[in-house]
Amino acid sequence: MSEKLLEIKDLSVVYHTEDGEVYAVNHADLSINKGETLGLVGETGAGKTTTCLSIMRLLPEKLGEIISGDILLNGESIMSKSEAEMRSIRGNEVSMIFQDPMTSLNPVYTVGDQIAEVIQIHNPNYTKEQVEKRVDEMFLMVGLPAERKTEYPHQFSGGMKQRIVIAMALACEPNLILADEPTTALDVTIQAQVLQMMKDLKEKLNTAMILVTHDLGIVAQTCDSVAVMYAGEVIENGTVEDIFEGENHHPYTVGLFGSIPDLTSKSNRLHPIDGLMPDPSNLPKGCKFSPRCPHCKDICKEVEPPVIKNGTHMIRCHLYK
Amino acid sequence: MDMPLLETKGLKKYFKTGRGMLHAVDDVNFKIFKGQTLGVVGESGCGKSTLGRVMIRLLDATEGEVLFEGKNIMDYDKHQMAEMRKELQIIFQDPYASLNPRMSVSEIIAEPLKVCKIATSKSDLEARVFDLMKQVGLAERLVNAFPHELDGGRRQRIGVARALAVEPKFIVCDEPVSALDVSIQAQILNLLMDLQDQLGLTYMFITHDLSVVKHISTEIAVMYLGQCVEKAPSDELFEKPLHPYTQALLSAIPIPSLKHRNMQNVLSGEVTSPIEPKPGCRFAARCPYAKPECTGKNLELKEVSPNHFVSCIKFQ
Repeated sequence: MSEKLLEIKDLSVVYHTEDGEVYAVNHADLSINKGETLGLVGETGAGKTTTCLSIMRLLPEKLGEIISGDILLNGESIMSKSEAEMRSIRGNEVSMIFQDPMTSLNPVYTVGDQIAEVIQIHNPNYTKEQVEKRVDEMFLMVGLPAERKTEYPHQFSGGMKQRIVIAMALACEPNLILADEPTTALDVTIQAQVLQMMKDLKEKLNTAMILVTHDLGIVAQTCDSVAVMYAGEVIENGTVEDIFEGENHHPYTVGLFGSIPDLTSKSNRLHPIDGLMPDPSNLPKGCKFSPRCPHCKDICKEVEPPVIKNGTHMIRCHLYK
Repeated sequence: MDMPLLETKGLKKYFKTGRGMLHAVDDVNFKIFKGQTLGVVGESGCGKSTLGRVMIRLLDATEGEVLFEGKNIMDYDKHQMAEMRKELQIIFQDPYASLNPRMSVSEIIAEPLKVCKIATSKSDLEARVFDLMKQVGLAERLVNAFPHELDGGRRQRIGVARALAVEPKFIVCDEPVSALDVSIQAQILNLLMDLQDQLGLTYMFITHDLSVVKHISTEIAVMYLGQCVEKAPSDELFEKPLHPYTQALLSAIPIPSLKHRNMQNVLSGEVTSPIEPKPGCRFAARCPYAKPECTGKNLELKEVSPNHFVSCIKFQ
């Protein structure tokens, strides 16, 4: 029924830092179909952003390295692509919305010029008028008046800047958008506006999206499938129904849900996960979550947990063997 | 009824800008009783942080009074205010920016003890620092660590320990968890609630996230452009929000459950400018129920049911 757009197989990324090797992503498997939204959930340092940067092949040079695995876009590996080929993919096929709209726009160019740049690069035979027309269309699409394209980023509010960044990402109608916490820097009411807009646009253009977030509320509202990451590993993966209504869960996912203040319950105490994320340059043996896990057994400290699959639902945990 | 620990009367704070006066806090009246928590909620730019700062006189008010145990602290001179600092403390939003990167954990926590001359001898100081670290759940081995070595959650614990050092009665918590991950957020919220139980603290908890404030507050005040538009006991506010802005804020929270999918009503427009606002309801421009009567005349906070105040034309 649906075609696979992107497939990540056994991806491992390491950062070579002065303090030693940092294992940011460890044997991650992900896949996403055309027109589908995948929520990538996890705490700071779980490897969400690194995964996105790997797909774009934008890992910091020399520092970040993909040590194993393959990334297939439309069935074709992007690992062997040259830099020139990658440039035509970025923006055209895959584009990224960065976390902070305040810093991802250039302060000395007008916003119109910044959107026009994307269009020009990927459509070199467009005339000036065609480019301008497309810029106006993009403004309209994200709900901003086109007259404002001659203004500079500082003249816009946070929500409007985020719309501009989204317009830039959508300008060449990519098949896949990587949205890295697109609404974290925004207020709730503006967040609701931006999410609604992204949802509408996605339906209109049938774009697939990877939505990186740590807010499970957003995931429930917008995603079709979910992958939970912890210490660089995908520890649970499935459809939204699997994650939000399924019976079995990875203890970390349970902990994440326990940490969210529940608006409907009366209880006052929250149930956070004890402890902290492990240091990615010094990961524990066996299950990476074992030091914080309430169900930790001896085997968890020694042996890496197996992948347990139940239909579309995947859990990496010794608990469900 | 008892005397409130802290009370504000007609509190105003205006800032001068190139385009006129910015009404950051405009006629705010609160009472906070001992051992309670007042949650202050609103979007960025609504004046909630300014309010927090004016209340403990980190900023001087343009007009109005702040009464602490019945006395107006706005009249206090420098020396009296220095004494007051032992009672009024603040925990800042960003644990990355509010700690001096060149001071170790012990120096940061010891600083207020030295400034307020609470502990003078070296051994006393050391003992107090270890006590405080234990109280907020920081391991003793971190005593000589520097902030950059620690993660956000631990840094915010230092911020909490520093505020607790002078044994205050009242603490302004200015978005203490918004820079933290959810699981760490929950740890800090639990810590703040435990400390309140143990020490009988009174909090003013400032946040833009209604779901955070529900768990910690006795009473919640919703602010919009410098004014309090609704104030009610926590449970009541969530069960029966009356002001259209409160309703919009509540419905904008993404709920982590599939049953609530596609049920949001999205507020259009953005916060209007707080510079020289026109009289009338400041939310009218975004309000789905706005009528011509909403503009032109300022509205009052009206008590519609016991302890539930709202300022909206529907209830005048």
